Amino acid sequence: MSALAVRSLTKSFGGLLVTASVDLTVEPGERRLIIGPNGAGKTTLFNLITGELRPDRGAIALFDRDITRVPGWRRAHLGISRTYQIITLFPNETLLRNVTLSLLGLSPLRWNPLARLDRQARLVTPAREALARVGLEHLADRPLAQTSYGERRRVEIAMALAQRPKLLLLDEPFAGLSVEERRDVLQLVTSIPRDVTVVMIEHDMDVALDFAERITVLHLGQVVVEGDRGAVVAHPRTQEIYFGA
Amino acid sequence: MRYLALAAALLLLGTLPLWAGGIYYVNIASQILFYAVFALAINVLVGYAGLVTLGHAGLFGIAAYTGAQLLNGGHGHAAIAVGALAATLAAAALFAVLALRGTGIGFVMITLAIGQIVWGVAYRWISLTNGDNGVSISGRPSPLGLSLASPASFYWATLGVFLVAIASMAVFVASPFGASVRGTRDQPRRMAALGYHVWLIRFLAFLLSGFWTGVAGLLYLYYNQFVSPQAVSLTASAEALLMVISGGSATLLGPVAGAALVVIMKSVASAYIERWNFVLGAIFVAIVIFVPEGMVPGAVRLGSRALALGRPRVPAALPAADGEARR
Repeated sequence: MSALAVRSLTKSFGGLLVTASVDLTVEPGERRLIIGPNGAGKTTLFNLITGELRPDRGAIALFDRDITRVPGWRRAHLGISRTYQIITLFPNETLLRNVTLSLLGLSPLRWNPLARLDRQARLVTPAREALARVGLEHLADRPLAQTSYGERRRVEIAMALAQRPKLLLLDEPFAGLSVEERRDVLQLVTSIPRDVTVVMIEHDMDVALDFAERITVLHLGQVVVEGDRGAVVAHPRTQEIYFGA
Repeated sequence: MRYLALAAALLLLGTLPLWAGGIYYVNIASQILFYAVFALAINVLVGYAGLVTLGHAGLFGIAAYTGAQLLNGGHGHAAIAVGALAATLAAAALFAVLALRGTGIGFVMITLAIGQIVWGVAYRWISLTNGDNGVSISGRPSPLGLSLASPASFYWATLGVFLVAIASMAVFVASPFGASVRGTRDQPRRMAALGYHVWLIRFLAFLLSGFWTGVAGLLYLYYNQFVSPQAVSLTASAEALLMVISGGSATLLGPVAGAALVVIMKSVASAYIERWNFVLGAIFVAIVIFVPEGMVPGAVRLGSRALALGRPRVPAALPAADGEARR
């Protein structure tokens, strides 16, 4: 059984083929890195897996369950969480409320028009724990707009982890961070338990290499090279595409 | 302090017919209250769901027309209330399915079109709506044997409905569902990725809005004992939207303040100034310039600034560097 199985997935925008018959298999507990130059179709692949976009062709399976036709919101309930490359959080809400909203998304409580949200201990307590996990519990009651970019990046990860996903998709978690912040985030990502399968997109290979066990290189919407870390880095096609050698 | 202010407001509102100084002012207060219910209903969509509607007078009118026709058909007042609200909810569901095919400007245009269709029916389908002449009813209801014929008793009944409406809004805003609705306003894509069914949340918000619009429409019918295409017109929709925006959308008291402003300008100012529309327009321009967030949040902002100026200046402590606290 694989955690994620993508078969001949194809998506084009107008005449532009962004995902060209991609095959991808990720084993449970694996740490997979997807690299590729700008425009390789990395984020589009994530959007197809999470259901934000519908593929033109192909199939997606999560733990052997076909989810190709499952709407995006339901895929979150099946265990897919993601972070965004361009941070999309709720700027006027506190950090705690941001993470609470993430937990509420998977709870039947989200339809309740009568309860008091800030008194729902079964949401607020785990939300505080998730913030503690990323080292932000001291900022729990601060509005998100008053936090730094690096802190927001960690809120993103806290929100994703709070949902206890089976499959976690990280879209360039290091983008725009300082060296110090990168180290913090890397440590955080490395500490994710093995019952979570992690797929990470990263443009900057240097930071992400330590994290990856297997690497997939995307180029112009196609899988060009795939394999173990060492093999992929040494592969002449990787060198050619990525390092322009 | 907060409870004290609330108690004082309730006392003032509850005793209004005793000190308002005449039937005329009691009636204006009643109008403010049912328009406030209407504005609160629109605020659910415009303020909390971020969906601007220009067709809500259509729903308002459907409630009023259905109520009027049922009453003239000889039905009792309880049956009328249930029937009119059911019809409004059904219409709201249909409107929502159509309008929610778009968001942003698309949503505005579809609601505008639907509102105009309802207006067309009210104006042209004479066998159903009596066209331009409108429909009259023979009297106000007497729930539990209490007559609402007098201005004061109608005011108290309207006040009761208004208080239930605003209390239900307060509960809704603080609820998980309220947070879901605001989330779909701020980050719809993210909400879907978090597991929220964005379309269904918006649909239910539309129904909630439709329900209170129907209640307001019924109160309007009972107050005027008459409904005509004017109540369904685009002007009526725009006026109600202006109530929400001028008072402060996505706040509890903003729509109420906006309703008070518009009703007072329409009723009181028009007695003194013939071109009262001009005055209303000037006030809206002033609101946009000085308190673009609306009268209520704007007053809060200006008030707290005035308070801060009154106090002796204390050098603001430097905010603790978060990076330091972490280590």
